Amino acid sequence: MSTVAEKILARVSGNKKVMPNEIVMARVDVAMSHENADVVLRSFREIGVKQVWDKDRIVILFDHRIPAESEKSAITHKRLREFVKEQGIKHFYDLREGICHQILPEFGHCRPGELLVGTDSHTTTHGAFGTFATGIGATEMSGVWATGELWLKIPETIEVTLCGTLKQYVSAKDVILHIVGTLGADGANYKAVEFTGETIGRMSIASRMVLSNLSMEMGAKVAFVVPDDETVSYVKARTSKEFKVIGPDPDAHYCKEISIDVTDLGSQVACPHSVDNVKLVREVAGTRIHQALIGSCTNGRLEDLSTAAAILQGKTIHPDVRLLIIPASRKIYLEAIKHGFIETFINAGALILNPGCGPCLGAHQGLLAPGEVCIATTNRNFKGRMGSAESFVYLASPATVAFSALTGAITEPG
Amino acid sequence: MTKNTRFSRSVTRDRIVGKVYKFGNNINTDVIYPGKYLSITTDNQEMARHCFETVYPDFLTTAQPGDIIVAGKNFGCGSSREQAAACLKYFGISLILAESFARIFFRNAINLGLPVLIVPNITQHVVHNDTLEINFKSGIIKNMKNGEELQAVKLPPFILGIISAGGLIPYLKNRCAGHE
Repeated sequence: MSTVAEKILARVSGNKKVMPNEIVMARVDVAMSHENADVVLRSFREIGVKQVWDKDRIVILFDHRIPAESEKSAITHKRLREFVKEQGIKHFYDLREGICHQILPEFGHCRPGELLVGTDSHTTTHGAFGTFATGIGATEMSGVWATGELWLKIPETIEVTLCGTLKQYVSAKDVILHIVGTLGADGANYKAVEFTGETIGRMSIASRMVLSNLSMEMGAKVAFVVPDDETVSYVKARTSKEFKVIGPDPDAHYCKEISIDVTDLGSQVACPHSVDNVKLVREVAGTRIHQALIGSCTNGRLEDLSTAAAILQGKTIHPDVRLLIIPASRKIYLEAIKHGFIETFINAGALILNPGCGPCLGAHQGLLAPGEVCIATTNRNFKGRMGSAESFVYLASPATVAFSALTGAITEPG
Repeated sequence: MTKNTRFSRSVTRDRIVGKVYKFGNNINTDVIYPGKYLSITTDNQEMARHCFETVYPDFLTTAQPGDIIVAGKNFGCGSSREQAAACLKYFGISLILAESFARIFFRNAINLGLPVLIVPNITQHVVHNDTLEINFKSGIIKNMKNGEELQAVKLPPFILGIISAGGLIPYLKNRCAGHE
């Protein structure tokens, strides 16, 4: 009678069964950090342990500020490269690969039934593989590097069942924006989410990752899609490690059960300045935009670029719009070149940036001036996040962003 | 063993007194600590100079070390950036009282030894610039202006253990030293 969260945390804490609100010490299977590994490192040195607990279970990569946008970041990168060598960290992806939440699955680090922690809030993305994946802070990670363990409170679980078939141009992004808008920015705070239902079964792995990724924006600790055959074959193709799929018991207890028929769902947009400020695209259609952005750990995958390329094929974007395209990884970038998407984007007037987080978190590469409006496929639209505190960010699907780039105003796809 | 410079001060003083700096609901970590400063990873004082800088620039000129932040629901939502808790700690914020915290911020604060307590409905009972006296262990909060008392949610003993060690690093230093 346990949920996925309860069953995995029982496994990694050496218990037969655990109950919500219990606190357990859990053994970590995979520990991921990007540039903020520099903050982890500082705390790790303070603990005074000489060697990390397991050099094969730590993943370090660079994605937030690549190539280095400042001398400070260059120093961070250099210090971490040296640390990786010093410790013999096996899984290190320098700035050439892309965004952590794409690189981990691509290189086989996301496996069903395991505990994965990352010093990034969108680590929930990996719940799409049936992994208990959650974000932690840097000091906490230094403890994991030293001991391989951390304390976790067993979360209650919300079950979200999706049925029906999505309309053309309506995607997983619209579904999850609708859910975040309904439950609110703290609607799943401290809780696990389990996505299930026939609609999920028909969704690609990339689309499932969108659901798990954006569940963070309602506070979720972890957001599972229970693995099916497609998940298992995706994971098996990328790892030689054994894993065991863990699904919920048929009589698992949920603190909340939500059922959504997506058949009539329209395109959604999160309006400034919060992710739960969700409206139908048609309610804000006509709002002038200055920048459009397709990319990020939420929507920078091949199917997203494919959708955008089909819309932009043979067309030119509005002269007052800057369209930024950021493939989520090197592999996706290469695939997009092979499919001709990149050529389509360049011909349409887009600027292609290197795989990475880009301007999503406001560090570099396309920040906004006061009064400017951006429509983006990213995951946060907080005041000032992408540049000026007087700018405005709308979050939407790749289709909505592509159509809006063509017209120069927020536009309902179709 | 290296000298512990960041966590040498015990943060679990039983009694904390301070002036209230009040915020609303859903104060996110981009607002607390802008992403453009994430490349600052080691300079505590520089982190402290950017608290709330972009959206609430008045904070830096009107808040004082020792102040208590009082906030509504979901304080610290958004990114896992530890600088959001660290900048407030190094600014000198003595305690954060909120109706609820986003989970990663809550853990970061505990791990850094920045005291945090959950206090239901506190924003209805406390206004900006009130002075509060808090018994951290009992969770009793007294408003010095009108004598009103509020009760914070009690922290689990396990978490109190980490806080009373001064944060996760001193806690682990003790533990790892014990194994040597």
